[in-house]
Amino acid sequence: MLVYPLQWLVDLPRSTSEWFRESLATRRELQEENASLRTQQLVLNTQLQKLEALEAENRRLRALLDSSFQVGKRPMLIAGLLSVDMDPYRHQIELNKGTLDHLFKGQPLLDSQGVMGQLIHVGPFTSTAMLITDPSHAIPVQVNRNGLRTIALGTGSIDRLELPHIPDNADIRVGDLLVTSGLGGRFPPGYPVAEVNGVEQDPGRAFSRVTARPRALLDRSREVLVVWPPELEGPPRPPPSTADQTGNSDT
Amino acid sequence: MNLTRHHGGTIILLTFAAAMLLTIIPLSDDFRTLRPDWVALTLIFWCLALPYRVSVGSGFIAGLFLDVLTGTLLGQHALSLSLVAYFCVRLHQRIRIYPMWQQALTVLILLILHQLLTLWVDSTIGRPAHPPSYWLPSLIGAALWPLVYRLMTALRVNFSVQ
Repeated sequence: MLVYPLQWLVDLPRSTSEWFRESLATRRELQEENASLRTQQLVLNTQLQKLEALEAENRRLRALLDSSFQVGKRPMLIAGLLSVDMDPYRHQIELNKGTLDHLFKGQPLLDSQGVMGQLIHVGPFTSTAMLITDPSHAIPVQVNRNGLRTIALGTGSIDRLELPHIPDNADIRVGDLLVTSGLGGRFPPGYPVAEVNGVEQDPGRAFSRVTARPRALLDRSREVLVVWPPELEGPPRPPPSTADQTGNSDT
Repeated sequence: MNLTRHHGGTIILLTFAAAMLLTIIPLSDDFRTLRPDWVALTLIFWCLALPYRVSVGSGFIAGLFLDVLTGTLLGQHALSLSLVAYFCVRLHQRIRIYPMWQQALTVLILLILHQLLTLWVDSTIGRPAHPPSYWLPSLIGAALWPLVYRLMTALRVNFSVQ
């Protein structure tokens, strides 16, 4: 909180230039943007229709299988990045929202493409988040194709995650999508995390070397989504939905 | 030492604030890892100039601020900066009379000590090893020392900080 004025001052040139750009945009530019947004919305709406049908079908099938899986909508908040530099050897970002917006420690962070990381420190006006590529970060994931569970570790380079302890005969191949498994209770299940881009089998080693590329635009996003666990979480019967209960009590 | 002799505390605070601003101002990825440690340079200058006002305590507080700003382990920079301040105050009479290049060399050693302590804490808490370019900020900082020294001396004389 004491350092907030400094961060605000450093962020000032960017925020003012953004403000100027927004308020001085020409009519034509606005019209163009409007048109492109309209088409985009149309496309997204069409996709959403399909999604709703799929969701309903999924729920029916889940009901048949007698497992509770919450697809319910989660409350979200868009937070902006402060343009301040952190330690260059740590993958952390500073957000412009804090406890005044009811953020809490450990909350997951997404962008439009996938999972970005989690909050590790929350102040009144700002909060610090650790990205999934930080060397001390690990995220429980699952291969989307067959449900193989594993953990993705950060490596310290912005475009690489590592999947340790995958046996040589495991069914995993290049191009597989990794989604959050929801185990561990921090991240909501089913969000895309990374895409496998290297499987290397070395006969001399017990495990194969698997690397993946994060889906989220970790070094390019300007805005991120902070996600809350749904208020009404089912009873902790099957493992995937036991997640997120600890989160609420932290607030 | 009576209180009336103390002058220009705000100037000292402002230089530290400016150093911290320079520490978090966004740079492109190519230059991020080359950024010299401005706060350490400022601290060294004030420890040499006014060892009875700025010393270990100031280093500790500046370090805590730096930890919060850069998201490192709380106390990491506080530890290394207080040690730097200690050595600086301990040797200030000797360093003051050195010619500029020798002063820059001493500053280089102090900056390397600062980075070494940070690295030590980093590896203790299990961070992976840094590339060799990790040490470049110290060299750049030492190369910039004559400039920093002139500028800060001008400031000090101008506002008669003592």
